[in-house]
Amino acid sequence: MQSTRRIWFAGILVLGLVWIGLSADRLGESTNGLTPAPQKGFLAPDFTLETMSGQKVTLSDLRGQVVVVNLWASWCGPCRLEMPAFKNIYEEYKDRGLVILAVNSTSQDTPSAVEAFVAEFQLPFTVLMDYDGTVARLYKLSALPTTFFVGRDGVIRRAVIGGPLAESTLRAEIESLLAEETP
Amino acid sequence: MFPVIQLGPLAIQSAGLFLLASIWIGMTLTEKRAAHSGLKSDSLDSLILLSLFGLLAGGRLAYAALHFDSLRASPLDIFSLNTSLFDLTGGLAAGFIVALVYGQRKGLAFWPTLDALTPFFATMMVGLGASHLASGDAFGKETSLPWGIELFGAVRHPSQVYEIATALFILNLIGLRKPFSAAGVQFLAFLAWTAGASLFLEAFRGDSTLIFGGLRLGQIFAWIVLAAALVGVERLQSGMVVNEQA
Repeated sequence: MQSTRRIWFAGILVLGLVWIGLSADRLGESTNGLTPAPQKGFLAPDFTLETMSGQKVTLSDLRGQVVVVNLWASWCGPCRLEMPAFKNIYEEYKDRGLVILAVNSTSQDTPSAVEAFVAEFQLPFTVLMDYDGTVARLYKLSALPTTFFVGRDGVIRRAVIGGPLAESTLRAEIESLLAEETP
Repeated sequence: MFPVIQLGPLAIQSAGLFLLASIWIGMTLTEKRAAHSGLKSDSLDSLILLSLFGLLAGGRLAYAALHFDSLRASPLDIFSLNTSLFDLTGGLAAGFIVALVYGQRKGLAFWPTLDALTPFFATMMVGLGASHLASGDAFGKETSLPWGIELFGAVRHPSQVYEIATALFILNLIGLRKPFSAAGVQFLAFLAWTAGASLFLEAFRGDSTLIFGGLRLGQIFAWIVLAAALVGVERLQSGMVVNEQA
């Protein structure tokens, strides 16, 4: 009985090793960040949006820089609470190449409310207007705020749904991204 | 993926709700089956709750220790409700230590306690699979099979569904059965089945960490856990290990 059990167990372990060898990913079936999707480990879906003054900004043009994409709305309480942290972090890291794209979900907001919000907080970074909800759909927006930390290679390193984000979380993520080498 | 429920400043993610539900169901099952192990359900409940508290507090403290420089500028963030300030490894270690200390103080025998907690662990594995399904984590690799699901711009293996199905199977097979004759075998059998399932299913995932030219790290880890569990079962069944008595 005991020896039969041992043979079974040894057989299972050998089969496990064979399976590990057979199922090794030699063809690059893991994503490796090549597919665009709003998820950690995937290429950040590309978009082009306008600022309040009509200037166009394209995400893929920022390749090589650390980018934080924050989706927000002026009526959203947690967005309001976390905005000072974004402002502080931007002031602290802008000279090291940090880009913050604050994408306003304008399809569920109004340009006048956005203007008042930006003036109230004196936001120093780029505010983009998602008039028709393109970015909300691309990034499968399910809650406001939602923040994506994008590495220099354009791959999402972390997605945080909800807020408010703590300043220390922002700082820790950005320090780690800035420390990565340029691809 | 499932939506996020926004309650004031709190964004409650459905993934978290699945985990909470599995904790509740797991505790209920453990309570109901405590009689089989001869342990008091109150002690098991306290053990689980204190360990969970240890996990949460330890995870936050470990995060603070690992990101000390980031927190120094805004130290009050350590009390933030945001769950992103959490280190899972540190949390698990803290939860484990709390469980050990509580178990020793209450005189809970090691293997019978683990056996009694097996329904809880098995239910948590179902909850973990459901939380992966809700969040999109642990997603599958691309496939042309007819049951593939559209996810992140490709048709993929429904790896989270595989995960839930195998966890339910293991819950029914091991988690809900009466304890084996040797103490500890039920828990180790659960561990072996779970590791074996993970070893098999990792092959269908599209987010594996790869080492040595394509080997999946998760499979190697699962194989080590499987081997340890099988050796443990063998030793317990052979009567080579004396049950620890408190």
